[in-house]
Amino acid sequence: MTEFDVASKGEGFGTEATGRWRPGLRESALFDRNTIHEIHRMAREGIYDIRGFGAKRRVPHFDDLLFLGASVSRYPLEGYREKCATDVTLGTRFAKEPIHLDIPITIAGMSFGALSAPAKEALGRGASAMGTSTTTGDGGMLPEERDHSDKLVYQILPSRYGMNPDDLRRADAIEVVVGQGAKPGGGGMLLGQKISDRVAEMRDLPKGVDQRSACRHPDWTGPDDLEIKIGELREITDWRKPIYVKVGATRTYFDVALAVKAGADVIVLDGMEGGTAASQDVFIEHVGIPILAAIPEAVRSLQELGMHRQVQLIVSGGIRSGADAAKALALGADAVSIGVAAVIALGDNSHHFEDEYEEIGTSAGYYDDWHEGRDPVGISTQDEALASRFDAELGGRRLANYLRAMVLEAQTLARACGKSHLHNLEPEDLVALTFEAAAMAKVPVAGTSWIPGQNAR
Amino acid sequence: MSATASAETVDLVAASVRELNQRLHDAASGGPTGWRVSNPNGAHALAAGLDAEMDVEIDGHTGYYCAGMNKLATVRVRGNVGVGVAENMMSGTVIVDGDASQSAGATGRGGLLVIKGSASARCGISMKGIDIVVHGNIGHAGAFLAQKGNLVVCGDAGPGLGDSIYEARLYVRGSAAELGADCIEKEMRDEHVTDLRALLERAESDADPSDFRRYGSARQLYTFDVDNAGSY
Repeated sequence: MTEFDVASKGEGFGTEATGRWRPGLRESALFDRNTIHEIHRMAREGIYDIRGFGAKRRVPHFDDLLFLGASVSRYPLEGYREKCATDVTLGTRFAKEPIHLDIPITIAGMSFGALSAPAKEALGRGASAMGTSTTTGDGGMLPEERDHSDKLVYQILPSRYGMNPDDLRRADAIEVVVGQGAKPGGGGMLLGQKISDRVAEMRDLPKGVDQRSACRHPDWTGPDDLEIKIGELREITDWRKPIYVKVGATRTYFDVALAVKAGADVIVLDGMEGGTAASQDVFIEHVGIPILAAIPEAVRSLQELGMHRQVQLIVSGGIRSGADAAKALALGADAVSIGVAAVIALGDNSHHFEDEYEEIGTSAGYYDDWHEGRDPVGISTQDEALASRFDAELGGRRLANYLRAMVLEAQTLARACGKSHLHNLEPEDLVALTFEAAAMAKVPVAGTSWIPGQNAR
Repeated sequence: MSATASAETVDLVAASVRELNQRLHDAASGGPTGWRVSNPNGAHALAAGLDAEMDVEIDGHTGYYCAGMNKLATVRVRGNVGVGVAENMMSGTVIVDGDASQSAGATGRGGLLVIKGSASARCGISMKGIDIVVHGNIGHAGAFLAQKGNLVVCGDAGPGLGDSIYEARLYVRGSAAELGADCIEKEMRDEHVTDLRALLERAESDADPSDFRRYGSARQLYTFDVDNAGSY
């Protein structure tokens, strides 16, 4: 059989290992080996690539910002001696029962279905140990998660899988999900391998289907309807619960203003770096804007409405460290949220599992096929044998440690800037390393007073 | 099952929706079981989030999300209802004497919704176990992504019926001219006639179950397939 015959059947071609570089061989910047591999895959399979994780391309991010720190003109706080508070209260606008968190780092919505039950339990254990909240996801409230999360945010998504007024009433807050950073404008996906009996029952779906969930809410469209929907949720819960509205970062200035007008207590803003358990790669990489660009737009919108700090702002998308968190807060966020980082803290992509990653055609540090449900660590799977490998108690301790370290990092930076609360960090404490970051974050390029697009007149 | 003359009456000219709903919620732990709401004037979220066996009769037209997420209660509306009546209902009964706007019974997981008039677009969207009986017609995109439960239409169904449907059962007496993706007509077996007869009786309809046709999922979109790319 000739190569042409194989290609014309749409099989085989393109599965070979990529070439080896020798002097004189020049790789194209446009058609690099990954691109060629992907074109071959598309030609073979005829369908987009679905994967987990977040955007892998480099975008302007918190690494492009630096804190100025204190010196002669302002003085720092003593590390370990002088207090640098970290708490935050969410839902002070309308809710009778706002929620108070000890740290301004929350765990983002991740579904039971995307994650195994022990992984969900671990998130609850870790977050509770640090006095912060976890969030349900597209698949209902798992008893294990409610039991182990002192503070649990219940998402109401377009699919409404598992939606239940009892769960609404036993949640600590409600999050109306309009979109997520990984795929603003897209609906959920859960492939058949992960629709186990339990997942199917919770979602009222047949077992093993490739679930494609709606991208629009079934009973409201647009900001005026959203206001009425929020009103209904408040009525059902007797105005006790804070109501968040989550949006993917796109037209942030307007989305935030409309969410405030619709009556949100809290805005959750997820940048394009935000993770997903299963989305089209083209969506993850090509839709939405970086969180760095979105935060100042959200803050400007809130400030113009006189609502900054009245309606709290939680931001997410590629937050990895206390430095990322501190920079997000300095730009005006009230709290940050982590998803991918939390999953990694639980053990995802650990080199301890290298042999097993190799068996499924990947490698530690690269694994993103979370939708396939074959996670050797037992996190993004519904396979009972794999899930049972994951120790929820140990996972909870790891997450708590990670959160503790992040908070210590953030406090270190805040004290260096002379701030007695993380919320006292401000844009004035920041400079940018690149023009792009300066323009997006609206802070000056280091060593200049230049904010591209702002004071260039 | 209508509220009796001795029912507790709440006049929405004098009381707010908040006061009404709080009283209805509080009554779950002991209180009147018969309620009458006068002058609803199209207010939203009336009798939303009920969680006890009680009869609530609303004397007029309502706005969005009337009887939203209902559990156990029987709510009767002597008028028309706005968007999302009985959305995500868990159990109980909601009866609308007039017409319903869009997304009637959306995502409902149990109970019975009866619409004596007609329903607009997206009736039964993403339904998850609710039974819906519409005495009149329904608009376009009925039972979109419907997962479980029964949707009965005594009149005609608009275009796009049952698009991307999972395991819900659809019964239509009139025309269902243009079915949505993956929705097909299915054989009406004895068990379906029996189920349908019971549903029609509960819904105060005298329609003959043998006049109906049944529609459901062809199950061709259950797994991703390159050749179905246009339907996703």
